[in-house]
Amino acid sequence: MFISSLNSSPCFKGFTLVMPAVAVGNVGQLAVDLIVSTLNMSRVGHIHTDCLIPMAGNNPYATCKEDAEELHTPAEVYTAAELKLAVLQIRAPIVQTKSKKFRQLLVSWIKASGFSRTVVLSSSHAYQRDDQQLQGTPLRYLATPSLLKVSADALKELGWREMERVSAFPGLTDANTEPRLHIPGGGITKGLYTDSCTEDLSLAVLLLFCSEGDNIPDAFTLVNHLNDWLHLLDNHSPEPNKWKIPPSWNLLFGSGIPPALF
Amino acid sequence: MATFFGEVLSVYSRAVEEEEEDVEEENEEDEEIRRELEQKREVGLHWSPEVSEALRSGNKLQCSDFILAVGHNAASFLSAYVLSSANWDAVGHASVWNERSRAVTGQNSEESACVFHRRKDNPSVLICQVTCYLAEDQLFQWTEKVFECLQHRELNVIVLSDGSVADYKTADYLCSSSAPFLRSLHTDAFRDRPVCQPLEQPNIVTGLPSAVLNHCQVHRVAAVVYQCYSDVIGPDSVTMETYKLALTRLGRSIQLDPSPSTDVLRKFARTADIQSNLYI
Repeated sequence: MFISSLNSSPCFKGFTLVMPAVAVGNVGQLAVDLIVSTLNMSRVGHIHTDCLIPMAGNNPYATCKEDAEELHTPAEVYTAAELKLAVLQIRAPIVQTKSKKFRQLLVSWIKASGFSRTVVLSSSHAYQRDDQQLQGTPLRYLATPSLLKVSADALKELGWREMERVSAFPGLTDANTEPRLHIPGGGITKGLYTDSCTEDLSLAVLLLFCSEGDNIPDAFTLVNHLNDWLHLLDNHSPEPNKWKIPPSWNLLFGSGIPPALF
Repeated sequence: MATFFGEVLSVYSRAVEEEEEDVEEENEEDEEIRRELEQKREVGLHWSPEVSEALRSGNKLQCSDFILAVGHNAASFLSAYVLSSANWDAVGHASVWNERSRAVTGQNSEESACVFHRRKDNPSVLICQVTCYLAEDQLFQWTEKVFECLQHRELNVIVLSDGSVADYKTADYLCSSSAPFLRSLHTDAFRDRPVCQPLEQPNIVTGLPSAVLNHCQVHRVAAVVYQCYSDVIGPDSVTMETYKLALTRLGRSIQLDPSPSTDVLRKFARTADIQSNLYI
């Protein structure tokens, strides 16, 4: 459930919600980290639930020594009121048996908060692509009917590729089996999308085919892709790499090495 | 997946389970097994008759200081330095069953894995020692159930937790003389100054200490976790002593035994004599 960290509960009416799906390579989560850290968003609350594995740490977006000592939890909501943007960051995996419950919790919270649209940043196993998916860009999108009503033209203009439906049994030509949506390694992405379709939520999924490893470049690709649509950052800025990497990305490859080694 | 050296590894994703299909199509029998397993995994709290009587009549435990020790070093520290020096009553225990519970554990070992103690002359000080493994899906539940029994007003929570230096990330190389050391993490409601440095990013706390911190953060309870990073695998007296610093602030409610006899410490450290011939 959402618990405000302010004294009054924040208003999300008409806001755009950006959230990650905990998926292969953690690309969505990394991309969300870039958004929160670059836009200097402020925390407004926590999603406190038994569906996520507990973890805690000090401020992952600390800019100076003074704000470093601040507790952060597995799922938190940040806002940038001037952009009408809210971001949900999820920092922990979902308890395996509770993914359905977590989806339901998210859908009902999104509905109750009155977000105008939701964008889920996700990823899928690159090695499970089929022949048609192997060609061209690794970026795909999915949109629910109620989002298409408003944003169909914008999406068409961007020239994005929709996630292909794949045949259930590749290689077999059976007229009875309909091609289906398949997002391997995407965690709750597919479930959240289908739930949103039935619940008439305005939701889009942006996803990237990737493999596990150093997924920082993937995160930049995905967040730039999102920026093409939402224009969170000024596109005409002269610097090519305008996203700010948070300090919590340090030491990705472990601690320092013993100096005596050399 | 074959690696550079040719061995075949099953691909494991750090983020997601491969099986992402819904379990809706499962039959009734599966569902029943699932439900039974879930019931068995439920955390149970067993209080002494006196406490359960009070809880039944709607009175929560009047608690000003709740000290939770997670891990063998932290629990042994409390046993050697605190529980031996004052009069303490065992007031209850929590029972936990999961995939790591041994099939043939005696009743005693299970009951002693997660015990609550209360001070006789000052019942507002509660101590809990947890030495058993709590599964990821049980952490939240344990925390909810325990804190449901405690009065939240004026509550101070201190968590002592064992960690390994292998899990500690730092840009400088850690020389062997620096361990064991403490790092702290506290909720916004905690107004005191922690006795040691804050835990630096990108280090995080997981397990029961993090579940307690999350609960206290959202319910605005003052809580602090002191995580001790040690380079010894089993319980040892040097690591235990590191926690002394964390409890010095609690002088009024807790008397620390300044130097427990070596016999007492040896008793706790002996459990470390694991049957390993690695270094013989």
